[in-house]
Amino acid sequence: MTTGEPAPYALLEVVEVGALSLVQDLGRPGLAALGVSPSGAADRAAHALGARLLAQDESLASLEVVGGLVVRALGSITAVVTGTHAPVTVDDRPTGTNAPFLLHAGQVLRIGRPSAGLRSYLGVRGGVAVAPNLGSRSHDTLSGIGPAPLEPGQQIPVGRPTGPAGGNLLVDVAPTRAPATGQVVLDARPGPRLDWLADVARLTTTAWTVGAASDRVGVRFEGPALDRVPGRASAEVPSEGVLRGAVQVPASGVPVVFLADHPVTGGYPVVAVLTGRACDLAAQLVPGQPVRLRLLGTP
Amino acid sequence: MVEEPTGERIPGRQPTGRLLPYGERGLLVEVDDLHRALALFELLAAARERLAGLEDVVAGARSVLLVAASPGALTAVRAEAQRALAALGSGEVPTAFHSGGPAPEQVVEVPVHYDGDDLADVAELTGLTVTEVVAAHTGTPWRVGFAGFAPGFAYLVDGDPRLRVPRRATPRPRVPAGAVGLADEFSGVYPRSSPGGWQLLGHTDLALWDLRRDPPALLRPGLWVQFTDADGAS
Repeated sequence: MTTGEPAPYALLEVVEVGALSLVQDLGRPGLAALGVSPSGAADRAAHALGARLLAQDESLASLEVVGGLVVRALGSITAVVTGTHAPVTVDDRPTGTNAPFLLHAGQVLRIGRPSAGLRSYLGVRGGVAVAPNLGSRSHDTLSGIGPAPLEPGQQIPVGRPTGPAGGNLLVDVAPTRAPATGQVVLDARPGPRLDWLADVARLTTTAWTVGAASDRVGVRFEGPALDRVPGRASAEVPSEGVLRGAVQVPASGVPVVFLADHPVTGGYPVVAVLTGRACDLAAQLVPGQPVRLRLLGTP
Repeated sequence: MVEEPTGERIPGRQPTGRLLPYGERGLLVEVDDLHRALALFELLAAARERLAGLEDVVAGARSVLLVAASPGALTAVRAEAQRALAALGSGEVPTAFHSGGPAPEQVVEVPVHYDGDDLADVAELTGLTVTEVVAAHTGTPWRVGFAGFAPGFAYLVDGDPRLRVPRRATPRPRVPAGAVGLADEFSGVYPRSSPGGWQLLGHTDLALWDLRRDPPALLRPGLWVQFTDADGAS
């Protein structure tokens, strides 16, 4: 009766997409020699929390949602929403975040606009089962690698859950702190070009806001410019490797913090690098939100 | 050699590099020139086979960025970097790559239509005629130095040294896919349409990046590129 690919366990039919919804997992690290960024969930901790609440491996893909998403379940699906503080309803009945729930066949799940944070993660038991590219199901916005952004009418395959029927769901709800709505302080450690700054103290005393041009490539700060030491004022760095969390100071002097879809190399000085936890916090910043950096010692 | 104030000098027979901090799971190894960077990259890329905590090795023009899989793996990665620098400093690694030349199976032929918008500017900057620029670009094979910028983009090195030109003062908002350019000591081919500041010599019809191909990148470290004049007489 069937040929080729086995039929998916269940489907999620996309009804409405807010700003942008993407399939994401842990990305495709280790491919710099191909010029390919790691990509993957922008807020790793939120993606991973969803996987743990569903008692499954973090490598299974989830949906990264910005600006809301409405999906209809075709088949019964165990799901969880993590990341932002956002209204979540099933057939218009409120349900919680950070708490797994069952979506019966035909039910409509609506993730609204968050009151705190930017990126929600819709995890499903069995994982989002689109075909991988280069070992990952993540959509890389910089290169276009991976499954295309979600579109209304599209049907997203959900993988067959492993383990006992109903799963080993031992946790009803994970108590987590909602993303901050006020000023966020991002912890960073020194980067290779910290000494290019004329006044290192200004890196941690300057108050910036998050720019509207921020995306999965990077969080663009707005506000005061940092000065470089005399002699480095207009110098470029010969192309050198870039990592998630790198705080780059371009010619304008206003920092950019790279996120998951960062380029593999860059030509501006990297003065500091966010901790992994701070990268997750940075991924939840909304345009206009005040932000500062805190410099920790060398590990 | 001027020592960077934040750099950690590596003991050895001669100064060969500096270890610079790069957050909780990165380490930037900075060296003095491109060939040392490429030699170091080869040593450290090979180390990924036996060092599970080394998640990626990213080559740069004067540096190699080492990425540990976790903050806890950084100590082992740092030790590996010091070993590689010691090997580099004691002269066990060749720093010139033209001596042997490429094996035929390592050479990728890239036919180019030399019709780029900056051909005349490159001729003026180099003091060559347009015909001589094309002859120089196609005269000797280029080596894939390192990848970056975009999937499938390779920084090509070891070409004719007369072709060293600066980037354009103002980058173009859009450079078409397949555009072949020059910047500093590099040549390169844009895999997809993007902004760019390289001096454009022409374009190729080859696909530099194709996900249906395994591996998807046409030009990878270890390979050489022989540009040919697609519209030439031969």
